[in-house]
Amino acid sequence: MSETRQLPAPAPEVNPETEPFWAATARGELLVKQCEECASLIWYPRSVCPDCGSLRTRWRPVSGRGRVYSYTVNHRGEGPYRDCGPYVLAYVELDEGPRLMTNIVAADGGRLGDGELAVGLPVEVAFHDTGEGSALPRFRPQSH
Amino acid sequence: MSIRGKAFIAGAYEHPDRKIPDKSVAQVHAEVAVGALADAGLSLADVDGFFCSGDAPGFGPLSMADYLGLTRLRYVDSTETGGSSYVGHVGHAAAAIAAGKCRVALITLAGLPRSQPPARSGRPSGPESAFESPFGPTTPSMYALAARRHMHEYGTTSAQLAAVKVAASQHAQHNPNAMLRNPVTAEEVLDSPMISDPLHRLDCCVISDGGGALVVVAPEIAKNLPGRTVKVLGHGEAPKLQGSRIDLTHTGAVWSGPRAFAEAGVTPADVDYASIYDSFTITVLQTVEDLGFCEKGKGGAFVADGALLAPHGALPFNTDGGGLCNNHPTNRGGMTKVIEAVRQLRGEANAPVQVPGCDIALVHGTGGSIGTRMGSATLILGQEDA
Repeated sequence: MSETRQLPAPAPEVNPETEPFWAATARGELLVKQCEECASLIWYPRSVCPDCGSLRTRWRPVSGRGRVYSYTVNHRGEGPYRDCGPYVLAYVELDEGPRLMTNIVAADGGRLGDGELAVGLPVEVAFHDTGEGSALPRFRPQSH
Repeated sequence: MSIRGKAFIAGAYEHPDRKIPDKSVAQVHAEVAVGALADAGLSLADVDGFFCSGDAPGFGPLSMADYLGLTRLRYVDSTETGGSSYVGHVGHAAAAIAAGKCRVALITLAGLPRSQPPARSGRPSGPESAFESPFGPTTPSMYALAARRHMHEYGTTSAQLAAVKVAASQHAQHNPNAMLRNPVTAEEVLDSPMISDPLHRLDCCVISDGGGALVVVAPEIAKNLPGRTVKVLGHGEAPKLQGSRIDLTHTGAVWSGPRAFAEAGVTPADVDYASIYDSFTITVLQTVEDLGFCEKGKGGAFVADGALLAPHGALPFNTDGGGLCNNHPTNRGGMTKVIEAVRQLRGEANAPVQVPGCDIALVHGTGGSIGTRMGSATLILGQEDA
């Protein structure tokens, strides 16, 4: 059972280093950084490769598909989540490897029922508009 | 160079109060500083090294040192690794003393999150923040993610996690200053309100005002003091930084533990008492695995078997009741962890939970987040003549 009420979508702080990432989310595209020296995929996105120390990194799109690595139904939100009721905080492991913090939502963007959640659940990205030129990459169960 | 035997903890003091609406944070720093120095037989005028972490009021360590009138300082350190800071500070103080940089090091912690929640920090947010905070992470929910993954990989259960709280509550009943003194059952833990699934309210530490302080001194100072001192045998640190592949099933203890054991020249089997950071029940369970007290993934069975119960369990832990029941001053449990280990080694723990013949104690501090950006510090302490 999902409710249609949407989760809050607070806007991230954007700076010159991360602006391309957030601009892409507004277009419905999920980017990660890739190191041009060692080819590592870098998450969260940054301008230095944490694996080899290179300053040569570039943006690259990823599939937006992956699996739930872990999840929790948080009953005590803070800040914008204080009054929104229980919500699912999760890490999703992308098919390409990186593990991202995110929320798991139902296909209609609302809340996912407790029984529908599981570690390993296949999910795909769903962008939630923040109203400030960016969108939050959340994940919903894969439709096919 | 090793710090083994190069420094001694001569004074330890835990503020007795858990709710302090009528004092300032600086004032509590002063009370614990004077308390620990008095315990050592020293005074503020003797201090030439000062340690606090980033939550101390004012500008780095300078405002507190100025407030305390520490005009003879030769060494300051404000290493900030969250709740593990103070465990690390003991190691840093011992290294500074071993290098001749100071002889009497004072470490203080104080805060009033219960009665005077601090205003939001004006510090610039971390570079990771935009990729995490919009999704609503909270401290309990981050540890809940770790608990869920540990359950998935190793079959750990909520009832096993509850055993950690049950043991802490058994110990806390003997501590007159503990915030929560009533023993609880595993059922009561499981029946307490869900905070962030699978962690219940009773899987979480208390939020308390208060603080504590330690005095670490050079051997030539220690031998002329009236009271019993505790020898610093080893120290290891390892911030856990995972980059793109966060992992929720292990802590930084997998690195900090072996470093501390190697320096001290002891093994997990030699440890008579352990203060294990207990922000949440899952924190303890993962840490005892990672320090080598049981096989990885078997922490659930280990704690459910009564291993943590003092005085006769396989690994008596947190005999003051820990952060789960006694005190977690200013959301930073590292200080009280060191203090209870000092009490055990001096034979000054509450009588029903004093570990007989306690010669070697381990202290482990955790701080910050859990998937990555986790502070981790392990300290091994011994009797004066260890």
